[in-house]
Amino acid sequence: MQIPYTLQFINLLAAMLLLVAFAMLSQRRILSLINLFAWQGALLALSTFIVAYSTNQHHLYYSAALTLVLKVMLLPWLLHRLIRRLNVRWDVETLINIPTTMLVGIALVIFAFNLAAPITQLAEGITRGLIGIALACVLLSLLMMLTRRKAVSQVVAFLSLENGLFFAATSATQGMPLVVELGIALDVLVATFIFGIFFFQIRETFDSLDITHMEKLKDD
Amino acid sequence: MIDLQLLALLLIPLLGGGLLAVFGSRKWAAELNSLMSFFTFAASVVLTARVIDSGPQVAFGEQFFIDQFNVFLVALTAFVAFTTSLFSRPYMRIEQHHGKLTTGMLHLYYSMYQLFTFAMLVALTTNNMGIMWVAMEAATLTTVLLVSLYRTPASLEAAWKYFILCGVGIALALFGTILLYFAAERVLGQGGTALLWTHLNEVKAQLEPTVLKLAFIFLLVGYGTKIGLVPLHSWLPDAHAEGPTPVSAVLSGLLLNVALCAVVRSKVLVDGSLGNHFAGNLMMGFGLLSVMVAALSLFRQKDIKRMFAYSSIEHMGLVTFAFGMGGPVATFAGMLHMTMHSLTKSAIFFAVGHAVQKAGTQQMDSIRGLLQVSPTVGWGLALGTFAILGMPPFGVFASEFLIITTAMHEYPWTTPILLVALGIAFAAIFGKIQPIVFGETTAQPLPHPPALVPVFVHLLLVLILGLYMPPYLADWYRQAAALLG
Repeated sequence: MQIPYTLQFINLLAAMLLLVAFAMLSQRRILSLINLFAWQGALLALSTFIVAYSTNQHHLYYSAALTLVLKVMLLPWLLHRLIRRLNVRWDVETLINIPTTMLVGIALVIFAFNLAAPITQLAEGITRGLIGIALACVLLSLLMMLTRRKAVSQVVAFLSLENGLFFAATSATQGMPLVVELGIALDVLVATFIFGIFFFQIRETFDSLDITHMEKLKDD
Repeated sequence: MIDLQLLALLLIPLLGGGLLAVFGSRKWAAELNSLMSFFTFAASVVLTARVIDSGPQVAFGEQFFIDQFNVFLVALTAFVAFTTSLFSRPYMRIEQHHGKLTTGMLHLYYSMYQLFTFAMLVALTTNNMGIMWVAMEAATLTTVLLVSLYRTPASLEAAWKYFILCGVGIALALFGTILLYFAAERVLGQGGTALLWTHLNEVKAQLEPTVLKLAFIFLLVGYGTKIGLVPLHSWLPDAHAEGPTPVSAVLSGLLLNVALCAVVRSKVLVDGSLGNHFAGNLMMGFGLLSVMVAALSLFRQKDIKRMFAYSSIEHMGLVTFAFGMGGPVATFAGMLHMTMHSLTKSAIFFAVGHAVQKAGTQQMDSIRGLLQVSPTVGWGLALGTFAILGMPPFGVFASEFLIITTAMHEYPWTTPILLVALGIAFAAIFGKIQPIVFGETTAQPLPHPPALVPVFVHLLLVLILGLYMPPYLADWYRQAAALLG
C-alpha cells in the first residue's frame, strides 16, 4: 500500500517530536533545554501546517501560525530574557540517574501506545496512529516535571506538556475549534508571565531557584 | 433577553476587574470591590429567577447554556463572592494595619478577586467544554498570585505547588477534552458544535464508548485535582493555609464546586454513552477515599486553616460520592450538601480569619478562649463548627443524612465507612475547636471592628434550610437533579 507523502512526513515529524521529548528529558543545561523547547514548537508548527495543507482545513493554518509565533518565537524569547535577567543562563542541573529516567521514559512510551491503541483503531484520515505519540510526549513531560529540581526547567517541562497536548489536538481531531485554541494560547501566555513573576519572588525569598528549598510545608 | 441578563452577569465582574486594576490603590477600592460583587449577585438573582421560570436556555449562539443545575451554582457563587468581599474589607484593613500587606498587594488582590469571579462564572455558564477548560485554567491563574500575596517563604511554596499541581491536573483534563472532541467529531462533524454540551447531550448515546471511557478518566483526574480529591489533594491544604483568609474562603467555598460541576457535566455524557455505572463507580471510589483520608488527617493538624482545608476535602469527597451514586435523591442530596458546605465553610473561614488576627498565629495550641475576648467571633466559630460537623438543626445535617440514607439503600457496604469517617472528623475537629472557643484567653483586641455579619448571615441561612426548606427551592433542586439523571 502506498502511503501519501504528506502522511509519511507527518509520521517523521511525530517521531522527531518524540525524540526531542527524550532529549529534553536528559538535557542538563538550561539554555539548551529552552532551545530544544523552541525546536519542539517548530516541529509542531510544521506538522500542523502539513495537516492543514493535506486536509484543507483553513483554521489549522491559523493554529500553525499561532504555534509559530507563540511557541517558537515569543515563549523561548521570554524564557531567554528571564534566564539572562536571573543570571542562570549557564546553569547546569545535576540530574541523578539519566539512564534510569530514560528506561522509565521508554516504559511510559509503551504504556501510552497501549492506552491509545483502541482509539487508534477508530481514527480516520491521514493522522491515524499519532495520538499514541502525542500521549507519550505528554507523559514524558510529566516525568520531566517529576525529575527536575530547578524552577525554570519545571516550567519548560510544563510548556512542553502543553505542546504534547496541542499535538494530540491536531493529530487526533484535526484541531479544536479556533476559539478554544485561542483561549488555550492565552492561558499559556499568561501562565508564562506568572511563572516569570514567580521566579523573581522565589529568588528574592530563597536566594536560589532550586525548588528543593520549597519542601517545608508539612502536616505537622 | 436572556442574552442581556447573562451579559450583565459576566460583564460586571470583568468590568470590576478592569476598574480595580486602575483604582485598586484608592481608599475606596474595598467598597468598589463589594459594590461590583453586589451587582454581580443582583444579576445572578435576575438570571436565576428567569431560569427557574422558563427552564434551560441557551444564549449567544449556543455558546452559553444555563439550566437549573448550573444556575444554582451561579447564584451560590455570586452570593458567597459578595459576602466574602464584605468580609475582606475590614479583614484586609486589619492585615494592612498589622503590616502584613502593602497597598500594592491590596491593589492586586482586588482586581484579581473580580477576575476570579468572572472566570468562575464563565466556567459555570459556558456550553463549550473547551471554553470551560480555558475558564478553569484562568481561575487557577487569577488565584495563584493571591495565594502568594504575603510573599512569605511558606506562601510562595504553597503557591508554586498549587500552580504546578493544578497546572498538570488541568493539562490532563485538556487531554480528556480533546478525546471527547475526537469522539464527538465523528458524530457531529467538524467545527464549533462538536464541543457544545447541549449538542453532545443529544447524541451522547452515539458517542464511542471506549474513547469516552478514557476521556472521563482524564477529565476526572484533571478536574479532580482542583476538587481536591485524594490522592491529588496535596496542594489544597497548603494553598488554603498560606493564602489570605478571604482567598481560602472562596477557594474552598466556590472553586471546588466549579471544578465538580465540570466533572458532573462530563459524567452525564459518559453515562449516556457507556450505559453503565462506570463513571459513577469511579467518582464513588475517589469520593470515599477522600472522605476517609481527610478524616484521618484531621487529627494531625496543628494549623487551624489547614484543618478546615482538610475538612473541605472531606466534604467535597462526600459530594463527589453522592453525585457518583447518581439518581434523583442522591443528586439532590449532593447539590444540597454543596450549598450547605459552601455557606458553612466560608462562614467558618471568616470567623477563623478574625480569630487568627486576634491570636496572631494560626497554630491552634496558641489560640485560646475566644469567647472571653470577643464573644461574636467565638460564637461564630463555635456555631460554624457545629454546623460543619453535621449537628442536627443545621442544614449540613439534613444533606449528610440524605446522602447516608441513600447510600444505605443503594450501596449498604459504604455506610459504615462514611459513618466512621464522619465520627472521626467530629472527634478531631470538636476536640481541637473546643479549647479555642472556651477557656482562658491569650488573644488581643483588633485595631478595626471585625466583619461578622457575613458569618451570621451564612449560618442563619444554613440553619433555616436545615429546619425548613421552602417548596420552591426544593422544586428547583429536584428539577436540577432530574436534569442530571
